[in-house]
Amino acid sequence: MNIQFPPRLSGMLPITALLAATALLAGCFGDEGSWRGKDISGLMPELAFELTDTSGNTLTANETDGEIRMLFFGFTSCPDVCPATLQKLSRAVREMPGELQDDTRIVFVSVDPQRDTPERIASYVDFFSERAIGLTGEEKALRQLSKRYRTTFGYDDPDAEGNYNVSHSGAVYVFDREGAARLLFRPDLSVEDIRTDLVALAQESRT
Amino acid sequence: MSVADYLIPYDFSPVTILGFMLVLGLYGYGLLNMPGENRPGSGRILVFVVGVMMCYAVMQTRFDYYSQYMFFVHRGQHLILHHLGPILIALSNPLPVMRFLYSRISPGIRQSLRPLGWIYRFLQHPAIASFLFVGLIYFWLWPPIHFDAMLSRDLYWIMNWSMLLDGLLFWWLIFDPRSPVSSDALGYGKRILLLALVAIPQMILGATIVFSRGMVYDVYEVCGRAWPMPPETDQLLGGLLTWIPPAMMSILGILIILRRAMREDGKLAPYSEPLKATHS
Repeated sequence: MNIQFPPRLSGMLPITALLAATALLAGCFGDEGSWRGKDISGLMPELAFELTDTSGNTLTANETDGEIRMLFFGFTSCPDVCPATLQKLSRAVREMPGELQDDTRIVFVSVDPQRDTPERIASYVDFFSERAIGLTGEEKALRQLSKRYRTTFGYDDPDAEGNYNVSHSGAVYVFDREGAARLLFRPDLSVEDIRTDLVALAQESRT
Repeated sequence: MSVADYLIPYDFSPVTILGFMLVLGLYGYGLLNMPGENRPGSGRILVFVVGVMMCYAVMQTRFDYYSQYMFFVHRGQHLILHHLGPILIALSNPLPVMRFLYSRISPGIRQSLRPLGWIYRFLQHPAIASFLFVGLIYFWLWPPIHFDAMLSRDLYWIMNWSMLLDGLLFWWLIFDPRSPVSSDALGYGKRILLLALVAIPQMILGATIVFSRGMVYDVYEVCGRAWPMPPETDQLLGGLLTWIPPAMMSILGILIILRRAMREDGKLAPYSEPLKATHS
């Protein structure tokens, strides 16, 4: 076990290893690209879901192909994160050049199917943007979808009035026209940054 | 949720299950077929199996779900994969079983396994081993890397497996049952030194996380928590788990090595025999 390196060489080894590791780390951080959001190309699987839309029909991911899709998990009774995020997304879309706006789609997935009926989701998303659609499904399908994107949700115990909080992802997952995972918008990203990324993404693949 | 739901894997990984089955299967095969005088006693077998099953449990049960969505549970998972599980496995001293299994391998295959031996010896150089041990903790907890590892399923598995394998290597180096006097195992002084050395950066890292005002690991914020828990609490608990138990395990390790060294004191006189030989 105790390999006998010559004393000088064995002193050099850790230093060499350290240098190699530093170089390796530098390589990891070197190429961040020009995106404002977080580049998740290759980290996550392509967009796939089969959920119920606001008119009660089943909608699958590939029916929305051809658009830049912004997937967001939430619930309509959400006090802060969901309205703030939806407002940011819809403002960013509105501020895009007119012809590109129609290439975007905000996909709001409610993870609170018990309280969020399709009608309730419809009036909620329509309030924010005409480019937004609302989806939900059985808890199992929602669990599957959230697991696919390495996220989860959980329910607090209801209070006396039956209201409860839902913990969910605050991130927006952005998919390109083909459905490949491209970007992740953290909750603190500004409208301007979101708009810039969406325009770049829409233009790169515009045919 | 029923008990079965807690026991089935959250993220089913055939390679992981196969790996654990292989380890337990080979260990069991060795136990049954090896000569009785070398066979470990029931206590040691129990410690080995508990160590292996702990690592399995944090990777392939509901525990894994909580590890993915709570920072402090994730720290607990790595505490088991990188410390507790490998410590138990190394302390159970499976060396006789491994020797027996090795003796069953045909010479041709043994020859082809030699490069593995070289890699092993390189990784077990004390400087490399301690650098890897601390380096891996820092690498996976580097915020941008940690973020990617929690987002990508592949990276997540690489992270957990690398922690487990490195934990096994490091603690085997420390708790090598062979005496450094009669074999080429690492000297007790060096083992104690390594344990003290690796404790310090872990304490610094843990304390840094505990005393951070802002969110260091926002991936749990971004990806949702398993249950609504204040992010500061999650981070605080995670930091404490990075700080205190690893430091305690280093101290416990030092005590175990000291006890071994003291037992061997006076029993073997390493220099007397060669001296006698030259004088005669």
